[in-house]
Amino acid sequence: MSAVEATRTLVLHCPHWSVVAAGVAHEPAIVVRANRVVAASAAARAAGISVGLRRRESQRRCPHVLVVDHDPGRDARAFEPVASSLDAVAPRVEVTRPGTLAIATRGPSRYFGGDRAVAERTAQMAVGAAGGGVEVCVGVADGAFAALLAAHRVHHRVEAAHPAGTGSGAGAQEPVLVVPPGATPSFLAPHPVDVLLDVLDEPDLVDVWRRLGLRTLGRVAELPAADVLARFGTPGATAHRLASGLDPRPLDARRPAPELAVSLELDPPADRVDRAAFAAKALADRLHARLGADGLACTHVLVEAETEHGETLARHWRHEGALGAGALADRVRWQLDGWLTGSAGLRPTAGIAHLTLVPVEVVAARGRQLGFWGGETLVDERILRAVARVQGTAGLDAVAVPELRGGRGPADRVVRVSAATVDLTSPRPAARPTSVAEPWPGQIPAPAPATVLEDPEPVDVVDAGGRPVGVTGRAEVTAAPARLARAGRAPEAITGWAGPWPADEHWWDPTRHRRRARFQVLDASGTAHLLAVEAGRWWLEATYD
Amino acid sequence: MFDTGAVPVAAPVPVPDLAALRLLGDRVRPLAGAGERTLAVPPPLADLLPHRGLQRGSTVATTGTVASTLALALAGPTTRAGSWAAVVGLHRLGLVAAAELGVDLERVLLVAEPAPDAWPATVAALLDAVDVVLVRPARPVGVSVQRRLTARARDRGSVLLQVGGHLGAWAQAPDLVVAGTTATWVGLGQGHGRLRGRQVEVAVSGRRGADRPRRALLWLPGPDGGLAPVEEPARTSPHPHPSPRLASHPDRSGSPVLREVG
Repeated sequence: MSAVEATRTLVLHCPHWSVVAAGVAHEPAIVVRANRVVAASAAARAAGISVGLRRRESQRRCPHVLVVDHDPGRDARAFEPVASSLDAVAPRVEVTRPGTLAIATRGPSRYFGGDRAVAERTAQMAVGAAGGGVEVCVGVADGAFAALLAAHRVHHRVEAAHPAGTGSGAGAQEPVLVVPPGATPSFLAPHPVDVLLDVLDEPDLVDVWRRLGLRTLGRVAELPAADVLARFGTPGATAHRLASGLDPRPLDARRPAPELAVSLELDPPADRVDRAAFAAKALADRLHARLGADGLACTHVLVEAETEHGETLARHWRHEGALGAGALADRVRWQLDGWLTGSAGLRPTAGIAHLTLVPVEVVAARGRQLGFWGGETLVDERILRAVARVQGTAGLDAVAVPELRGGRGPADRVVRVSAATVDLTSPRPAARPTSVAEPWPGQIPAPAPATVLEDPEPVDVVDAGGRPVGVTGRAEVTAAPARLARAGRAPEAITGWAGPWPADEHWWDPTRHRRRARFQVLDASGTAHLLAVEAGRWWLEATYD
Repeated sequence: MFDTGAVPVAAPVPVPDLAALRLLGDRVRPLAGAGERTLAVPPPLADLLPHRGLQRGSTVATTGTVASTLALALAGPTTRAGSWAAVVGLHRLGLVAAAELGVDLERVLLVAEPAPDAWPATVAALLDAVDVVLVRPARPVGVSVQRRLTARARDRGSVLLQVGGHLGAWAQAPDLVVAGTTATWVGLGQGHGRLRGRQVEVAVSGRRGADRPRRALLWLPGPDGGLAPVEEPARTSPHPHPSPRLASHPDRSGSPVLREVG
């Protein structure tokens, strides 16, 4: 009943794409999101940095590493030339995520003479479009999941052949792995179950399987499908199909009626990304709502844009799970961003006048059950709408969310991350105090000040004789501070003080090296301040109010 | 004319069974009655507030020398309970302090200070979605704008919380004013120790069931980091170093002690 063969698929994967997109692939660099490394350049990997490592640990292993914040929009923008270069090879290029795309090989293989020929040609064209030195891995297998694993295997092979991480490494062997037709289940079998997490967001399921002793995909595939469905539900059944090398689409995946497509006229045409992004958000919400009304969710969407001059642009986006409203809007925004800010050859000659979203493949929505008392899901939708509204009037970066990170001063310990780059509906561990565990010598102990100046205010601190107070190189004050003078206010007597807490920061980087000493000071009105002294100048950094 | 003593008791008036009535009252009361619709606040502050919490749909302002800390403490339990909070402008608000005071930063939106003409629409959009909106209006808020915002807050059951600033910015006084005044810090000496705890005199006044000002002395935060009422003895004899142990044994882990040598 479930013998739907997976379609023969080619997956092109650029490992650590975020580093390439940031333009820092040729130096030691990492891209971090929520304090964890999401991508590392070859030189950084050679220094022992791997994906998932904490930012601070990475800086310890490689002190001169360049740290870049993750920006999915930038990744997608940079990937668009690669995707469009392959339009010449295959009629339908589906982008899974920035850095990874899939092509159904049936037609192209006949034309070019076999899977290997297509794969080699694809790899060449992608390298040409992405620029030299970019690692490109291509895998061909039955089904996108196996093809992605094949591409990963190519990457590991290249890494093993060039442990120093020097250069592209594509010279020795073609960066291509073709799994012969029918051999996919045996190719998949030895892989650990954890690889399922690349395409499925089911960490609990994989964890249970691992603890049950089902450590490889082969062991999972041996189980009867009906039993897996009975015990682990739909996610289990999907994972089982993947492990068995079958098409992961549930059997009810179908092409929706054409009238489900939504379109929007843009008048005046959008030639700026922020305007186009706002339109994309509204359109994605509409498509999501329309599909939701029919109990459907989208797994594959076609983004079509038409410019004033009649040029049409189209790109397929596909997702293993269903695309939520936010994820859908992100993809449309990335795509428009890629077109509108791409290279001159790629960019349309006029603004986008017409935007259409076509749901190419839909599945029955898993039916999110709203809480009886208006559960969190309902609230989250409302939050997302409000965020979109504020972003619409004040710009995409007008809304931010806080994330905590290690640091000494109160201003270093929190960072504002644009809400446009995070998924507000999922948990954000980086906003929890427990996410920062390392000790920070010189950190000011709790309680933290409730007012933190982003630009410290210059102040004067003098001793009882009216002489300026300084701090010696051995972190000792020259005299007890007696008075605090702030601009425009009468000097206040200091009734209590403690410190210094010395902070010698970025000593490895001459341009960012700072030596500061911090003091807690209580003035005569009973208000406590946090002061910092740096190179003989005093600054008011924060107030405990 | 009426001789009360002579009036015969025709039928004994039944003594109302208060317990049964209360039970009946509980049964017929709507699940979320207007008075019950409050957002939880930390217990020591709840004792001071008229409905033991922030009433949904109301406007609240914190003032005084500890206004920011008070506002964060008031918003903390709401975010812990799964609601969201939004901060409009207020880019100086210490978010590490917020986390220490019980605010769940996973449910906080930070909105950049909007352009003056976009301020009402931005705050209104946020009142629609989140339960607590923290603001500090940079310029006076007109009567019509304030009426629109309070109507929105009432409609959605959210709370508009002004953090510090002066109360004159609003055309109408807020429903509740939580003022945190005199602060005594403990733990800080002359060149040793560190800030450990603070005693704050909190006074609550306002309209709608809070006409009579209530005040109390609270630890905000206490030496253990939590919020607690100050025990009476400490209140009657304010000592510069209520904990002499701290003064004589300065915190060696936090900061080196400075002594005259040679």
